[in-house]
Amino acid sequence: MSFNLLVAVCVAYVAFLFLIAFVAERRAHAGHIGWLRSPLVYTLSLSIYCTAWTFYGAVGYAARSGLEFLTIYLGPTLVMVGWWWIVRKLVRIGKTQRITSIADLISSRYGKSNTLGVLVTLLAVLASTPYIALQLQSVTLSFAVFAGEQQSEGWLVGDLNAAALWIAVGLALFTVLFGTRNLDANERHHGVVSAIAVEAIVKLVALLAVGIFVVWSLADGPVDILTKIDAAALPAWSPNSGRWIGITFVSAAAFLCLPRMFQVMVVENADERHVAVASWAFPLYLFLMSLFVMPIAVVGLDLLPEGSNPDLFVLTIPLTLEKNGLAMLSFLGGFSSATSMVIVAAIALSTMVSNHIVMPLWLSFSGRGGAAVSGDVRQIVLFSRRISIAGVLALGYAYYRISGGGEALAAIGLISFSGVAQVLPAMLGGIFWRGATKTGAAAGLITGFLVWGYCLFLPSFEGSFLLSQNVLMHGPWGIGWLRPEALFGIEGVDPLVHAVMWSMFLNAVVFCLGSLLSFPAPLERLQGAQFVHVYEYSKGAKGWRGGLAETEDLLIMAQRILGGTQAQALFQRAAEAQGKQGYLPDPSPDFLERLERELSGSVGGATAHAMIGQIVGGASVSVEDLMAVADETAQIMEYSSQLEAKSAELGVTARQLQVANAKLTELSIQKDAFLSQISHELRTPMTSIRAFSEILRDGDGVALVDQQRYSGIIHDEAMRLTRLLDDLLDLSVLEAGRVVLHKQKGDLRQVLDQALAATQSTGRADAIRIKRHRDQESIALYTDTDRLSQVFINLITNAQKYCDAAQPVLHIDVQRQGNTVDIVFADNGTGIPEKSQNLIFEKFSRLTDQTAAGGAGLGLAICREIMANLEGSIDYLPGQGGAAFRVRLPLT
Amino acid sequence: MKETSKTVFLARDTYRERRTMDAARLLPVFGLMVLFLPLFWTGAGEQAQSVSRGTIYLFSAWMLLIILAALLSRRLGRVLPQEEATEEKD
Repeated sequence: MSFNLLVAVCVAYVAFLFLIAFVAERRAHAGHIGWLRSPLVYTLSLSIYCTAWTFYGAVGYAARSGLEFLTIYLGPTLVMVGWWWIVRKLVRIGKTQRITSIADLISSRYGKSNTLGVLVTLLAVLASTPYIALQLQSVTLSFAVFAGEQQSEGWLVGDLNAAALWIAVGLALFTVLFGTRNLDANERHHGVVSAIAVEAIVKLVALLAVGIFVVWSLADGPVDILTKIDAAALPAWSPNSGRWIGITFVSAAAFLCLPRMFQVMVVENADERHVAVASWAFPLYLFLMSLFVMPIAVVGLDLLPEGSNPDLFVLTIPLTLEKNGLAMLSFLGGFSSATSMVIVAAIALSTMVSNHIVMPLWLSFSGRGGAAVSGDVRQIVLFSRRISIAGVLALGYAYYRISGGGEALAAIGLISFSGVAQVLPAMLGGIFWRGATKTGAAAGLITGFLVWGYCLFLPSFEGSFLLSQNVLMHGPWGIGWLRPEALFGIEGVDPLVHAVMWSMFLNAVVFCLGSLLSFPAPLERLQGAQFVHVYEYSKGAKGWRGGLAETEDLLIMAQRILGGTQAQALFQRAAEAQGKQGYLPDPSPDFLERLERELSGSVGGATAHAMIGQIVGGASVSVEDLMAVADETAQIMEYSSQLEAKSAELGVTARQLQVANAKLTELSIQKDAFLSQISHELRTPMTSIRAFSEILRDGDGVALVDQQRYSGIIHDEAMRLTRLLDDLLDLSVLEAGRVVLHKQKGDLRQVLDQALAATQSTGRADAIRIKRHRDQESIALYTDTDRLSQVFINLITNAQKYCDAAQPVLHIDVQRQGNTVDIVFADNGTGIPEKSQNLIFEKFSRLTDQTAAGGAGLGLAICREIMANLEGSIDYLPGQGGAAFRVRLPLT
Repeated sequence: MKETSKTVFLARDTYRERRTMDAARLLPVFGLMVLFLPLFWTGAGEQAQSVSRGTIYLFSAWMLLIILAALLSRRLGRVLPQEEATEEKD
């Protein structure tokens, strides 16, 4: 196979990736997200964990150390299987706080501290650079293998370097094109992610193809392979527990902390449910990736000459057997692994460098009110990202050149992993422990970083960089217990395990101690609560006091960062939400928080906070601010409770008014009825008076007897009118409560005697028989005896008038009950029907039309008013065998 | 006759959901134990384990973990959108 064909295929493949990225961007721009954001694509994008180091290196690792290579995959498997603990929380925090990178996560958690952001960024760049160099090396090596097939002398070093340079430039171009297209990191890089997903499939298919070829074509199936494994010149089954556990831990930690993993796992995540699918699908991917590693390793050791590089078995086995198509596929798999890792790593690192180092520097150099002075921030951010991408790739290339691309690079994967793993304590502490502070996190990070650098990173140069061979052997200044690979005199431990153990142990201890002993700033405590209890409140931290910022300045700043249209749309929406027209909403705390979150998607949390701080004034939240906020809340709550009380009061008043209105209506009806009744009562006597007086006036021949009779009738009727008017007057006086009572001492018996005497004076023939118990009646009273006797008279005359018994009898019973005395008047008539019992005390209520009664129906009404004025009562007493009234009078 | 088969606890679905979450939390612990078990297979000479058996064991355990995770994630994926606010309080 010609080398030129390889280059052509390679260029075609890259063009294909560009096309995919381009189409995906177009689709996303047109709103057709669809499969671009499916759980499958999410899972495949996670596969950038499998770099060229795993594609090529896993086989080499297996050939050298046997099954131990699996630990690199078991760590992430455990993390994903345990997604409910950590990954889910990270994704939720990433969404609510609009986190743009791992550095942003740490910085935001610890009070939006830029110091921590810078620290994590430096650590990440330092740990990733060798790793990027490793990818460049693996691609160049695979090119070299093909070239070696063609030209017997193989490639010269110069050719390798040139190839590495071209690859670096190409990758930088791709990343700049698709990685810095849009500014808001939360808008996600659809093009890049789609390309990565395709590359993930290519590398899986390539490795599976080689594996299937090896197992079923070169060997006789799985059983044969297993016997070959046992027979192979591999290390026997004796797992080194320290390395086994150590590497599993480091790979799990790196899976969470690697900037590129954080980018695809948290920042690019579109839906939490995708994590649920990835929790089993990604381990399955890893499972498939490592399934054929052992077979390829043992067959390679068997097949290829002694001393050939096991790292390239995946490529050299098909090449040796002249399977060019398979070799090409395998090459593309390795190429995909390397490029996808470099692209995402470059995006992640450039975001961090630009947000935490370039932007703050630019802000501080551009002087006071930096965010508001001239210059398009949006362009600066994009420019700084592009420069950062180029810088990261340049660093990787430089590292590749300096290290010479030798075997030393092979170990760099784990060194890099354990470097970024130093972020783990600050990260886990940050999301699970509210007490974790900025001081603790910074101290822990620095400690872990230094120990890692001293024990693992610098010794990896084997004496050629900073630490001399002499220091490695005997410790600095000959102090034995400070030897980098045997700290505190603990010897014989594997260097990697030794470094991981000490760095993580000291890191965690310093982090915890620092957190326990320091005191967090208010913003830190707010953010801590937001992160740890992210499921309870999925809302950004409160931090801004409104009213201080000029909205126009904010708009100018936001336009520079987000772009004119987007910023104006944002402001217009906010203004609408506040019920205002135009583009300038009130700078309320809510609006400022929202704006900060939007901006932090573009320039990172710390920078966004600082920029708004410059315009708003108070760059950070003080305890006073928090108290003011709390005060405000309390005031609002008090105000609203006052309003509630007022509205309840109004409700009561309205109900009272309703009742009063009903009463008035009723009264008005009563008044009308009363007037018509009165007119009727007055007209009857008037008519007879008028008639008889006319007879007297006109009739000359009226006999004297008749004259006397007629004038008698007129007199009687006039008397009746007078009585009626007297009664009415009496009633109105009583009802108005204006009656003057003449209270005096008296005896009940005397009052009754008086009343009976008054009624019997009429001397009627059918007089009612009165039955009294005179001995019970001797009760001393202090009341208006005249009025009382009026009541008695009324009751007795009523009995005389209405008792329809053949031999009418009226019983008068007196009973003393504590402080009151009851006088019951009961006759032996038919009584009052039940339905009328309520009416008898009303004015003009006459049950029968007995004219004999001759009254206007006011008697009982007057009685009731009198008794009310005497502070007693009068009631109809049913069930006594006749009409019975009970008069109750208080004794004082 | 006593009706012993009748269910007493009414919120069975919620209860199942919570226990599924517990299972999801326990799964990595289980995985850790299963995957680190081979570290204790130390034997010398005749009793030494063969690499092929180790390979088969590790890949089987791995597959088991994947299957368990898939079963759990199917159930949890369903409750995920609703679960948001109420979870984490037990």
